[in-house]
Amino acid sequence: MKITKHDVEHVARLARLRFSEDQLDLFTDQLNTILTDFDKLQQLDTTGVEPSTHAANLSNAFRDDQIRPSLAGEEALKNAPAHERSCFKVPRIIEG
Amino acid sequence: MRYETIIGLEVHAQLLTDSKIFCGCSTRFGEGPNSNTCPVCLGMPGVLPVLNRKVVELTIKAALAANCQIVRYSQFSRKNYFYPDLPKGYQISQYELPIARGGYIELEMDHGQSKKKIDLNRIHMEEDAGKLLHELDGVPADHSYVDFNRTGVPLIEIVSEPHINTPEEAGEYLRILRSMLQYLEVCDGNMEQGSFRCDANISLRPKGAPVLGTKVEIKNMNSFRNVMRALEYETGRQSSLLESGEKILQETRLWDVNQGITESMRSKEEAHDYRYFPDPDLVPLVIDDAWIDEIRSTLPELPREKKERFVKEYALPEYDAAILTATRQLADYFEECVRLGPQPKVVSNWIMGDILRHVPDTRDISQFPVTPSHLAEMLLMVDKGTISGKIAKIVFEEMVASGRMPQFIVAEKGLVQVSDEGALEKAIQEVLNANADQVEQYRQGKEKVFGFLVGQVMKATKGKANPQVVNELLKKMLAG
Repeated sequence: MKITKHDVEHVARLARLRFSEDQLDLFTDQLNTILTDFDKLQQLDTTGVEPSTHAANLSNAFRDDQIRPSLAGEEALKNAPAHERSCFKVPRIIEG
Repeated sequence: MRYETIIGLEVHAQLLTDSKIFCGCSTRFGEGPNSNTCPVCLGMPGVLPVLNRKVVELTIKAALAANCQIVRYSQFSRKNYFYPDLPKGYQISQYELPIARGGYIELEMDHGQSKKKIDLNRIHMEEDAGKLLHELDGVPADHSYVDFNRTGVPLIEIVSEPHINTPEEAGEYLRILRSMLQYLEVCDGNMEQGSFRCDANISLRPKGAPVLGTKVEIKNMNSFRNVMRALEYETGRQSSLLESGEKILQETRLWDVNQGITESMRSKEEAHDYRYFPDPDLVPLVIDDAWIDEIRSTLPELPREKKERFVKEYALPEYDAAILTATRQLADYFEECVRLGPQPKVVSNWIMGDILRHVPDTRDISQFPVTPSHLAEMLLMVDKGTISGKIAKIVFEEMVASGRMPQFIVAEKGLVQVSDEGALEKAIQEVLNANADQVEQYRQGKEKVFGFLVGQVMKATKGKANPQVVNELLKKMLAG
Protein backbone atom coordinates (compact mmCIF):
# COMPACT_ATOMS: atom_id res chain seq x y z
CA MET A 1 0.00 0.00 0.00
CA LYS A 2 1.53 3.30 -1.11
CA ILE A 3 -1.31 5.41 0.21
CA THR A 4 -2.93 4.91 3.57
CA LYS A 5 -6.42 5.84 4.62
CA HIS A 6 -4.79 8.46 6.78
CA ASP A 7 -3.24 10.11 3.69
CA VAL A 8 -6.62 10.24 2.01
CA GLU A 9 -8.19 11.85 5.09
CA HIS A 10 -5.39 14.40 5.15
CA VAL A 11 -5.74 15.39 1.50
CA ALA A 12 -9.51 15.49 1.84
CA ARG A 13 -9.19 17.86 4.76
CA LEU A 14 -6.86 20.13 2.79
CA ALA A 15 -9.39 20.19 -0.04
CA ARG A 16 -12.25 20.83 2.41
CA LEU A 17 -13.97 17.55 1.46
CA ARG A 18 -15.81 15.30 3.91
CA PHE A 19 -16.08 11.58 3.15
CA SER A 20 -17.84 8.63 4.77
CA GLU A 21 -15.78 5.65 6.02
CA ASP A 22 -16.85 3.64 2.95
CA GLN A 23 -15.75 6.41 0.61
CA LEU A 24 -12.40 6.71 2.38
CA ASP A 25 -11.78 2.97 1.89
CA LEU A 26 -12.88 3.14 -1.74
CA PHE A 27 -10.65 6.13 -2.59
CA THR A 28 -7.69 4.64 -0.77
CA ASP A 29 -8.02 1.51 -2.96
CA GLN A 30 -8.50 3.51 -6.14
CA LEU A 31 -5.56 5.81 -5.50
CA ASN A 32 -3.35 2.83 -4.80
CA THR A 33 -4.39 1.23 -8.07
CA ILE A 34 -3.51 4.44 -9.91
CA LEU A 35 -0.13 4.67 -8.24
CA THR A 36 0.60 1.03 -9.03
CA ASP A 37 -0.05 1.83 -12.69
CA PHE A 38 2.35 4.73 -12.45
CA ASP A 39 4.94 2.38 -10.99
CA LYS A 40 4.68 0.44 -14.21
CA LEU A 41 5.24 3.63 -16.24
CA GLN A 42 8.25 4.42 -14.09
CA GLN A 43 9.91 1.26 -15.39
CA LEU A 44 10.18 2.77 -18.88
CA ASP A 45 13.67 3.85 -19.82
CA THR A 46 13.41 7.61 -20.36
CA THR A 47 17.12 8.31 -20.58
CA GLY A 48 17.68 11.26 -22.90
CA VAL A 49 14.03 12.29 -22.90
CA GLU A 50 13.38 15.84 -21.64
CA PRO A 51 10.86 15.92 -18.80
CA SER A 52 7.63 17.57 -19.92
CA THR A 53 5.50 19.82 -17.79
CA HIS A 54 2.70 20.44 -20.23
CA ALA A 55 0.60 18.35 -22.60
CA ALA A 56 0.39 20.99 -25.35
CA ASN A 57 3.50 21.38 -27.44
CA LEU A 58 3.50 25.16 -27.06
CA SER A 59 5.55 27.78 -25.27
CA ASN A 60 5.62 31.53 -24.61
CA ALA A 61 1.99 32.59 -24.90
CA PHE A 62 2.13 36.27 -23.96
CA ARG A 63 -0.01 39.37 -23.82
CA ASP A 64 1.31 42.94 -23.94
CA ASP A 65 1.30 45.07 -20.82
CA GLN A 66 -1.88 46.96 -21.64
CA ILE A 67 -4.72 47.85 -19.32
CA ARG A 68 -8.10 46.56 -20.38
CA PRO A 69 -11.39 47.52 -18.79
CA SER A 70 -12.17 45.78 -15.51
CA LEU A 71 -15.70 44.82 -14.52
CA ALA A 72 -17.88 47.90 -14.29
CA GLY A 73 -19.26 49.26 -11.03
CA GLU A 74 -20.12 46.57 -8.55
CA GLU A 75 -20.46 43.88 -11.22
CA ALA A 76 -17.68 41.93 -9.51
CA LEU A 77 -19.78 41.54 -6.37
CA LYS A 78 -22.89 40.18 -8.08
CA ASN A 79 -22.19 36.51 -7.31
CA ALA A 80 -21.05 37.19 -3.77
CA PRO A 81 -23.16 35.61 -1.02
CA ALA A 82 -22.58 38.79 0.98
CA HIS A 83 -20.96 42.13 0.30
CA GLU A 84 -20.70 45.53 1.92
CA ARG A 85 -19.00 48.79 0.93
CA SER A 86 -17.77 47.33 -2.36
CA CYS A 87 -16.02 44.49 -0.52
CA PHE A 88 -16.73 40.79 -0.43
CA LYS A 89 -17.95 40.01 3.09
CA VAL A 90 -16.68 36.78 4.66
CA PRO A 91 -16.70 35.23 8.15
CA ARG A 92 -14.20 36.98 10.36
CA ILE A 93 -10.68 35.70 9.76
CA ILE A 94 -8.53 35.97 12.82
CA GLU A 95 -5.05 36.96 11.70
CA GLY A 96 -2.60 34.45 13.03
CA MET B 1 27.26 29.11 25.18
CA ARG B 2 27.89 31.32 22.18
CA TYR B 3 25.48 31.03 19.32
CA GLU B 4 25.68 31.82 15.66
CA THR B 5 22.62 33.41 14.05
CA ILE B 6 21.60 32.13 10.63
CA ILE B 7 19.19 34.27 8.62
CA GLY B 8 17.64 33.81 5.20
CA LEU B 9 15.38 36.44 3.66
CA GLU B 10 12.48 36.16 1.25
CA VAL B 11 11.69 39.43 -0.46
CA HIS B 12 8.52 40.03 -2.44
CA ALA B 13 8.87 42.91 -4.86
CA GLN B 14 5.98 44.25 -6.90
CA LEU B 15 6.90 44.72 -10.55
CA LEU B 16 6.26 48.09 -12.18
CA THR B 17 3.77 47.04 -14.83
CA ASP B 18 0.59 48.84 -15.84
CA SER B 19 -1.53 45.70 -15.91
CA LYS B 20 -1.70 42.55 -13.80
CA ILE B 21 0.32 39.41 -14.46
CA PHE B 22 -2.40 37.29 -16.10
CA CYS B 23 -5.14 39.78 -17.07
CA GLY B 24 -5.57 43.36 -18.28
CA CYS B 25 -6.75 44.87 -14.96
CA SER B 26 -4.84 47.90 -13.70
CA THR B 27 -2.24 47.48 -10.96
CA ARG B 28 -2.86 50.99 -9.60
CA PHE B 29 -2.70 51.33 -5.82
CA GLY B 30 -5.42 53.04 -3.81
CA GLU B 31 -8.42 52.57 -6.13
CA GLY B 32 -11.92 51.80 -4.81
CA PRO B 33 -12.28 48.22 -3.49
CA ASN B 34 -12.71 45.60 -6.21
CA SER B 35 -12.74 48.18 -9.01
CA ASN B 36 -9.65 46.62 -10.67
CA THR B 37 -11.03 43.11 -11.01
CA CYS B 38 -12.24 40.86 -13.82
CA PRO B 39 -13.30 37.23 -14.23
CA VAL B 40 -9.62 36.14 -14.54
CA CYS B 41 -8.29 37.66 -11.31
CA LEU B 42 -11.53 36.84 -9.47
CA GLY B 43 -10.99 33.17 -10.32
CA MET B 44 -14.26 32.64 -12.19
CA PRO B 45 -14.68 29.20 -13.77
CA GLY B 46 -13.63 28.80 -17.39
CA VAL B 47 -11.23 31.72 -17.65
CA LEU B 48 -7.69 31.46 -18.97
CA PRO B 49 -4.70 33.41 -17.62
CA VAL B 50 -2.30 34.87 -20.22
CA LEU B 51 1.18 35.91 -19.11
CA ASN B 52 2.16 39.60 -19.31
CA ARG B 53 5.38 39.76 -21.35
CA LYS B 54 6.68 42.73 -19.38
CA VAL B 55 6.58 40.69 -16.17
CA VAL B 56 9.07 38.29 -17.73
CA GLU B 57 11.27 41.12 -19.00
CA LEU B 58 11.41 42.92 -15.65
CA THR B 59 12.15 39.65 -13.86
CA ILE B 60 15.02 38.84 -16.23
CA LYS B 61 16.33 42.37 -15.73
CA ALA B 62 16.36 41.96 -11.94
CA ALA B 63 17.86 38.48 -12.23
CA LEU B 64 20.70 39.67 -14.49
CA ALA B 65 21.49 42.54 -12.13
CA ALA B 66 21.60 40.07 -9.22
CA ASN B 67 24.05 37.87 -11.14
CA CYS B 68 21.56 34.99 -11.46
CA GLN B 69 21.48 32.29 -14.09
CA ILE B 70 18.41 32.64 -16.27
CA VAL B 71 16.68 29.27 -16.54
CA ARG B 72 15.95 28.57 -20.21
CA TYR B 73 12.84 26.50 -19.58
CA SER B 74 10.58 27.50 -16.75
CA GLN B 75 7.02 26.81 -15.73
CA PHE B 76 4.27 28.13 -13.48
CA SER B 77 2.81 25.99 -10.71
CA ARG B 78 -0.26 26.09 -8.55
CA LYS B 79 0.26 26.55 -4.84
CA ASN B 80 -2.90 25.25 -3.25
CA TYR B 81 -4.41 26.60 -0.06
CA PHE B 82 -7.65 28.11 1.13
CA TYR B 83 -7.79 31.64 2.41
CA PRO B 84 -10.34 34.35 1.61
CA ASP B 85 -7.74 36.60 -0.06
CA LEU B 86 -7.14 33.93 -2.71
CA PRO B 87 -10.20 33.57 -4.94
CA LYS B 88 -9.06 30.56 -7.00
CA GLY B 89 -8.04 28.41 -4.03
CA TYR B 90 -4.49 28.45 -5.41
CA GLN B 91 -1.81 31.00 -6.10
CA ILE B 92 -0.04 30.85 -9.46
CA SER B 93 3.65 30.78 -8.62
CA GLN B 94 6.79 28.98 -9.75
CA TYR B 95 8.13 25.99 -7.89
CA GLU B 96 10.32 23.34 -9.48
CA LEU B 97 11.29 25.42 -12.50
CA PRO B 98 11.76 29.05 -11.44
CA ILE B 99 12.93 31.60 -14.01
CA ALA B 100 16.24 32.31 -12.26
CA ARG B 101 18.64 30.48 -9.95
CA GLY B 102 21.77 31.34 -8.04
CA GLY B 103 23.22 34.82 -8.08
CA TYR B 104 24.33 37.00 -5.20
CA ILE B 105 24.09 40.40 -3.55
CA GLU B 106 27.33 41.86 -2.29
CA LEU B 107 27.19 43.69 1.05
CA GLU B 108 29.61 46.37 2.15
CA MET B 109 29.79 46.39 5.94
CA ASP B 110 31.65 48.75 8.29
CA HIS B 111 31.50 51.65 5.85
CA GLY B 112 32.97 49.65 3.00
CA GLN B 113 35.75 48.12 5.11
CA SER B 114 34.52 44.56 4.62
CA LYS B 115 32.61 42.89 1.81
CA LYS B 116 30.40 39.85 1.98
CA LYS B 117 28.52 38.03 -0.75
CA ILE B 118 25.03 36.80 0.12
CA ASP B 119 24.17 34.02 -2.29
CA LEU B 120 20.70 33.82 -3.73
CA ASN B 121 18.80 30.59 -4.08
CA ARG B 122 16.33 31.71 -6.73
CA ILE B 123 14.09 34.40 -8.14
CA HIS B 124 10.63 33.44 -9.28
CA MET B 125 7.48 35.13 -10.56
CA GLU B 126 4.10 34.89 -8.89
CA GLU B 127 0.78 36.66 -8.46
CA ASP B 128 -0.12 38.64 -5.36
CA ALA B 129 -3.16 37.81 -3.22
CA GLY B 130 -5.99 40.18 -2.26
CA LYS B 131 -6.28 42.36 0.79
CA LEU B 132 -8.29 41.52 3.89
CA LEU B 133 -9.79 44.19 6.08
CA HIS B 134 -10.78 43.33 9.64
CA GLU B 135 -11.96 46.75 10.68
CA LEU B 136 -14.68 49.12 9.57
CA ASP B 137 -14.11 52.80 10.28
CA GLY B 138 -11.21 51.91 12.55
CA VAL B 139 -13.29 49.56 14.71
CA PRO B 140 -12.80 45.77 14.68
CA ALA B 141 -15.66 44.30 12.66
CA ASP B 142 -17.48 41.01 13.20
CA HIS B 143 -16.78 40.05 9.59
CA SER B 144 -13.76 40.31 7.34
CA TYR B 145 -13.88 42.24 4.08
CA VAL B 146 -12.04 41.33 0.90
CA ASP B 147 -10.66 43.65 -1.76
CA PHE B 148 -9.29 41.78 -4.78
CA ASN B 149 -7.61 44.77 -6.48
CA ARG B 150 -4.19 43.45 -5.50
CA THR B 151 -5.01 39.91 -6.62
CA GLY B 152 -2.93 39.10 -9.69
CA VAL B 153 -0.54 42.00 -9.29
CA PRO B 154 2.87 40.70 -10.47
CA LEU B 155 5.54 39.94 -7.88
CA ILE B 156 8.99 38.50 -7.90
CA GLU B 157 10.14 36.55 -4.90
CA ILE B 158 13.86 36.80 -4.24
CA VAL B 159 15.04 34.03 -1.94
CA SER B 160 18.44 34.29 -0.28
CA GLU B 161 20.49 31.40 1.01
CA PRO B 162 20.81 31.38 4.82
CA HIS B 163 24.09 33.28 4.63
CA ILE B 164 23.11 36.34 6.67
CA ASN B 165 24.43 36.39 10.24
CA THR B 166 23.31 39.62 11.87
CA PRO B 167 20.33 41.99 11.80
CA GLU B 168 22.69 44.66 10.42
CA GLU B 169 23.61 42.44 7.48
CA ALA B 170 19.91 41.80 6.88
CA GLY B 171 19.27 45.54 6.85
CA GLU B 172 22.14 46.16 4.46
CA TYR B 173 21.02 43.32 2.17
CA LEU B 174 17.54 44.83 1.95
CA ARG B 175 18.84 48.34 1.32
CA ILE B 176 21.12 47.18 -1.49
CA LEU B 177 18.46 44.99 -3.05
CA ARG B 178 15.82 47.70 -2.93
CA SER B 179 18.12 50.34 -4.34
CA MET B 180 19.09 47.97 -7.15
CA LEU B 181 15.45 47.25 -8.05
CA GLN B 182 14.66 50.97 -7.98
CA TYR B 183 17.61 51.78 -10.26
CA LEU B 184 16.40 49.10 -12.65
CA GLU B 185 12.88 50.56 -12.54
CA VAL B 186 11.67 47.06 -11.78
CA CYS B 187 10.00 47.96 -8.46
CA ASP B 188 9.22 51.24 -6.68
CA GLY B 189 10.41 49.80 -3.36
CA ASN B 190 7.62 51.34 -1.31
CA MET B 191 7.42 49.33 1.91
CA GLU B 192 4.39 51.12 3.38
CA GLN B 193 2.28 50.40 0.31
CA GLY B 194 3.57 46.84 0.36
CA SER B 195 5.40 46.91 -2.96
CA PHE B 196 8.59 45.69 -1.23
CA ARG B 197 8.00 43.15 1.56
CA CYS B 198 10.26 40.88 3.51
CA ASP B 199 9.85 37.65 5.47
CA ALA B 200 12.75 36.19 7.41
CA ASN B 201 13.84 32.70 8.42
CA ILE B 202 16.05 32.66 11.47
CA SER B 203 17.73 29.93 13.49
CA LEU B 204 20.52 29.69 16.03
CA ARG B 205 23.23 27.07 16.46
CA PRO B 206 26.16 26.71 18.81
CA LYS B 207 29.12 28.45 17.24
CA GLY B 208 30.91 26.06 14.89
CA ALA B 209 28.17 23.40 14.92
CA PRO B 210 27.83 21.65 11.56
CA VAL B 211 24.04 21.44 11.34
CA LEU B 212 21.44 24.21 11.28
CA GLY B 213 19.11 24.70 14.23
CA THR B 214 15.32 24.72 13.95
CA LYS B 215 14.20 27.74 11.97
CA VAL B 216 11.41 30.16 12.70
CA GLU B 217 9.73 32.24 10.03
CA ILE B 218 8.93 35.87 10.88
CA LYS B 219 6.37 37.91 8.97
CA ASN B 220 4.71 41.30 9.19
CA MET B 221 7.75 43.57 9.25
CA ASN B 222 6.99 46.65 7.18
CA SER B 223 10.22 48.63 7.38
CA PHE B 224 13.96 47.94 7.36
CA ARG B 225 14.10 49.07 10.95
CA ASN B 226 11.38 46.62 11.94
CA VAL B 227 13.10 43.77 10.13
CA MET B 228 16.23 44.48 12.15
CA ARG B 229 14.34 44.91 15.43
CA ALA B 230 12.39 41.68 14.88
CA LEU B 231 15.58 39.74 14.10
CA GLU B 232 17.25 41.23 17.17
CA TYR B 233 14.30 40.24 19.35
CA GLU B 234 14.09 36.75 17.86
CA THR B 235 17.82 36.14 18.35
CA GLY B 236 17.39 36.97 22.03
CA ARG B 237 14.27 34.84 22.39
CA GLN B 238 15.83 31.79 20.77
CA SER B 239 19.11 32.04 22.65
CA SER B 240 17.40 32.26 26.03
CA LEU B 241 15.22 29.25 25.14
CA LEU B 242 18.32 27.28 24.14
CA GLU B 243 20.19 28.43 27.27
CA SER B 244 17.44 27.03 29.47
CA GLY B 245 17.53 23.74 27.56
CA GLU B 246 14.23 24.23 25.77
CA LYS B 247 13.47 23.38 22.16
CA ILE B 248 12.74 25.85 19.38
CA LEU B 249 9.44 25.15 17.66
CA GLN B 250 9.39 25.33 13.88
CA GLU B 251 6.63 27.88 13.35
CA THR B 252 5.62 31.17 11.83
CA ARG B 253 5.70 34.19 14.12
CA LEU B 254 4.31 37.66 13.55
CA TRP B 255 6.21 40.81 14.46
CA ASP B 256 4.12 43.03 16.74
CA VAL B 257 5.45 46.50 16.11
CA ASN B 258 3.73 48.09 19.11
CA GLN B 259 4.94 45.60 21.67
CA GLY B 260 8.28 45.04 19.95
CA ILE B 261 7.95 41.23 20.13
CA THR B 262 7.26 38.27 17.84
CA GLU B 263 4.20 36.14 18.51
CA SER B 264 3.30 32.66 17.32
CA MET B 265 0.66 32.47 14.61
CA ARG B 266 -0.41 29.11 16.06
CA SER B 267 -1.56 27.99 12.62
CA LYS B 268 -1.77 24.29 11.89
CA GLU B 269 1.37 23.06 10.17
CA GLU B 270 -0.91 21.11 7.87
CA ALA B 271 -1.78 24.38 6.13
CA HIS B 272 1.76 24.42 4.71
CA ASP B 273 1.11 21.34 2.60
CA TYR B 274 0.63 23.22 -0.66
CA ARG B 275 0.53 20.28 -3.13
CA TYR B 276 2.25 22.23 -5.91
CA PHE B 277 1.75 21.00 -9.45
CA PRO B 278 2.40 22.54 -12.89
CA ASP B 279 -0.44 24.86 -13.89
CA PRO B 280 -2.03 23.34 -16.99
CA ASP B 281 -3.49 26.75 -17.92
CA LEU B 282 -0.05 28.18 -18.63
CA VAL B 283 2.36 26.89 -21.24
CA PRO B 284 6.09 26.70 -20.43
CA LEU B 285 8.34 29.68 -20.78
CA VAL B 286 11.34 29.31 -23.08
CA ILE B 287 13.93 32.06 -22.90
CA ASP B 288 16.64 32.20 -25.56
CA ASP B 289 20.01 33.99 -25.59
CA ALA B 290 18.81 36.68 -27.95
CA TRP B 291 16.12 37.76 -25.51
CA ILE B 292 18.52 37.72 -22.56
CA ASP B 293 21.12 39.76 -24.50
CA GLU B 294 18.50 42.28 -25.54
CA ILE B 295 17.48 42.81 -21.91
CA ARG B 296 21.09 42.85 -20.73
CA SER B 297 21.77 45.74 -23.12
CA THR B 298 19.12 47.84 -21.33
CA LEU B 299 20.66 47.48 -17.85
CA PRO B 300 21.56 50.89 -16.41
CA GLU B 301 24.64 51.65 -14.34
CA LEU B 302 23.89 50.05 -10.96
CA PRO B 303 24.36 51.65 -7.54
CA ARG B 304 27.64 49.87 -6.78
CA GLU B 305 29.24 50.78 -10.13
CA LYS B 306 27.98 54.34 -9.91
CA LYS B 307 29.37 54.70 -6.39
CA GLU B 308 32.80 53.48 -7.45
CA ARG B 309 32.77 55.81 -10.41
CA PHE B 310 31.82 58.79 -8.20
CA VAL B 311 34.79 58.07 -5.92
CA LYS B 312 37.15 57.91 -8.89
CA GLU B 313 35.76 60.56 -11.18
CA TYR B 314 34.87 63.22 -8.60
CA ALA B 315 37.44 62.34 -5.90
CA LEU B 316 34.67 61.98 -3.33
CA PRO B 317 34.95 60.05 -0.06
CA GLU B 318 33.19 56.62 -0.09
CA TYR B 319 30.72 57.98 2.42
CA ASP B 320 29.61 60.82 0.14
CA ALA B 321 29.44 58.57 -2.90
CA ALA B 322 27.24 56.08 -1.05
CA ILE B 323 24.75 58.75 -0.04
CA LEU B 324 24.70 60.44 -3.46
CA THR B 325 24.07 57.18 -5.31
CA ALA B 326 21.35 55.94 -2.96
CA THR B 327 18.83 56.77 -5.67
CA ARG B 328 19.30 57.26 -9.39
CA GLN B 329 17.50 60.61 -9.18
CA LEU B 330 19.84 62.02 -6.53
CA ALA B 331 22.91 60.80 -8.44
CA ASP B 332 21.60 62.50 -11.59
CA TYR B 333 20.97 65.72 -9.63
CA PHE B 334 24.55 65.71 -8.36
CA GLU B 335 26.08 65.05 -11.76
CA GLU B 336 24.00 67.69 -13.49
CA CYS B 337 25.06 70.27 -10.93
CA VAL B 338 28.74 69.35 -11.16
CA ARG B 339 28.58 69.54 -14.95
CA LEU B 340 27.71 73.25 -14.59
CA GLY B 341 31.01 74.04 -12.91
CA PRO B 342 31.12 73.97 -9.09
CA GLN B 343 33.56 71.78 -7.14
CA PRO B 344 32.18 68.23 -6.72
CA LYS B 345 32.96 68.04 -3.00
CA VAL B 346 31.24 71.37 -2.37
CA VAL B 347 28.16 70.19 -4.27
CA SER B 348 28.22 66.96 -2.28
CA ASN B 349 28.35 68.86 1.03
CA TRP B 350 25.37 70.98 0.10
CA ILE B 351 23.37 67.97 -1.05
CA MET B 352 24.14 65.89 2.04
CA GLY B 353 23.42 68.78 4.38
CA ASP B 354 20.92 71.37 3.27
CA ILE B 355 19.22 69.54 0.42
CA LEU B 356 18.61 66.21 2.15
CA ARG B 357 17.13 68.14 5.07
CA HIS B 358 14.47 69.49 2.71
CA VAL B 359 13.95 66.39 0.56
CA PRO B 360 12.88 63.34 2.59
CA ASP B 361 12.53 61.06 -0.47
CA THR B 362 15.27 61.81 -2.98
CA ARG B 363 13.37 60.05 -5.76
CA ASP B 364 11.17 63.18 -5.75
CA ILE B 365 14.10 65.57 -6.06
CA SER B 366 12.98 66.73 -9.50
CA GLN B 367 10.09 68.51 -7.73
CA PHE B 368 12.45 70.37 -5.39
CA PRO B 369 12.42 74.11 -6.19
CA VAL B 370 16.21 74.32 -6.07
CA THR B 371 17.29 72.66 -9.33
CA PRO B 372 20.88 71.70 -10.19
CA SER B 373 21.23 74.99 -12.09
CA HIS B 374 20.04 77.00 -9.06
CA LEU B 375 22.58 75.29 -6.84
CA ALA B 376 25.40 75.50 -9.39
CA GLU B 377 24.85 79.19 -10.03
CA MET B 378 24.85 79.96 -6.32
CA LEU B 379 28.01 77.95 -5.67
CA LEU B 380 29.77 79.69 -8.54
CA MET B 381 28.86 83.02 -6.94
CA VAL B 382 30.55 81.82 -3.75
CA ASP B 383 33.58 80.69 -5.77
CA LYS B 384 33.89 84.11 -7.39
CA GLY B 385 33.53 85.86 -4.05
CA THR B 386 30.27 87.54 -5.08
CA ILE B 387 28.61 86.19 -1.96
CA SER B 388 30.04 84.68 1.21
CA GLY B 389 29.43 81.11 2.31
CA LYS B 390 27.30 82.44 5.11
CA ILE B 391 25.12 84.47 2.77
CA ALA B 392 24.80 81.41 0.56
CA LYS B 393 22.79 79.78 3.34
CA ILE B 394 20.34 82.69 3.23
CA VAL B 395 20.17 82.59 -0.57
CA PHE B 396 19.56 78.85 -0.42
CA GLU B 397 16.61 79.13 1.95
CA GLU B 398 15.21 81.87 -0.25
CA MET B 399 15.51 79.62 -3.31
CA VAL B 400 13.69 76.83 -1.45
CA ALA B 401 10.90 79.24 -0.58
CA SER B 402 10.52 81.00 -3.94
CA GLY B 403 12.31 78.88 -6.54
CA ARG B 404 13.94 82.06 -7.91
CA MET B 405 17.43 82.05 -9.38
CA PRO B 406 20.21 83.14 -6.97
CA GLN B 407 21.38 86.15 -9.00
CA PHE B 408 17.95 87.77 -8.62
CA ILE B 409 17.79 87.02 -4.92
CA VAL B 410 21.27 88.40 -4.32
CA ALA B 411 20.58 91.57 -6.33
CA GLU B 412 17.17 92.18 -4.85
CA LYS B 413 18.19 91.66 -1.23
CA GLY B 414 21.53 93.41 -1.54
CA LEU B 415 23.45 90.37 -0.43
CA VAL B 416 26.59 90.98 -2.47
CA GLN B 417 29.71 90.39 -0.43
CA VAL B 418 31.66 93.47 0.67
CA SER B 419 35.36 93.10 -0.16
CA ASP B 420 36.05 96.79 -0.50
CA GLU B 421 38.83 97.58 1.98
CA GLY B 422 37.76 101.16 2.60
CA ALA B 423 34.24 100.19 3.60
CA LEU B 424 35.47 97.33 5.74
CA GLU B 425 38.15 99.39 7.48
CA LYS B 426 35.45 101.77 8.55
CA ALA B 427 33.29 98.98 9.95
CA ILE B 428 36.27 97.43 11.72
CA GLN B 429 37.29 100.72 13.26
CA GLU B 430 33.81 101.12 14.67
CA VAL B 431 33.94 97.65 16.18
CA LEU B 432 37.36 98.35 17.68
CA ASN B 433 36.10 101.58 19.19
CA ALA B 434 33.07 99.90 20.70
CA ASN B 435 35.10 97.04 22.18
CA ALA B 436 38.11 98.73 23.69
CA ASP B 437 38.35 96.19 26.52
CA GLN B 438 38.61 93.22 24.17
CA VAL B 439 41.14 95.04 22.01
CA GLU B 440 43.25 95.60 25.12
CA GLN B 441 42.96 91.89 26.07
CA TYR B 442 44.06 90.87 22.57
CA ARG B 443 47.06 93.12 22.70
CA GLN B 444 48.03 91.52 26.01
CA GLY B 445 48.19 88.17 24.25
CA LYS B 446 44.67 86.77 24.64
CA GLU B 447 44.36 85.69 21.02
CA LYS B 448 40.97 84.03 21.46
CA VAL B 449 39.41 87.47 21.41
CA PHE B 450 40.25 87.71 17.72
CA GLY B 451 37.38 85.42 16.77
CA PHE B 452 34.99 87.49 18.84
CA LEU B 453 36.03 90.65 17.02
CA VAL B 454 35.62 89.00 13.61
CA GLY B 455 32.14 87.98 14.69
CA GLN B 456 31.31 91.55 15.65
CA VAL B 457 32.44 92.80 12.24
CA MET B 458 30.36 90.18 10.46
CA LYS B 459 27.39 91.14 12.60
CA ALA B 460 27.86 94.82 11.87
CA THR B 461 27.96 94.09 8.12
CA LYS B 462 25.00 91.69 8.31
CA GLY B 463 27.22 88.81 7.21
CA LYS B 464 28.10 90.44 3.92
CA ALA B 465 31.74 91.18 4.72
CA ASN B 466 34.28 89.01 2.96
CA PRO B 467 35.67 87.04 5.93
CA GLN B 468 39.16 86.70 4.44
CA VAL B 469 39.50 90.41 3.88
CA VAL B 470 38.14 91.07 7.38
CA ASN B 471 40.73 88.71 8.86
CA GLU B 472 43.62 90.43 7.12
CA LEU B 473 42.47 93.96 7.84
CA LEU B 474 41.65 93.24 11.45
CA LYS B 475 45.06 91.70 12.08
CA LYS B 476 46.75 94.69 10.49
CA MET B 477 44.67 97.22 12.43
CA LEU B 478 45.12 95.47 15.78
CA ALA B 479 48.88 95.35 15.23
CA GLY B 480 48.98 98.97 14.18
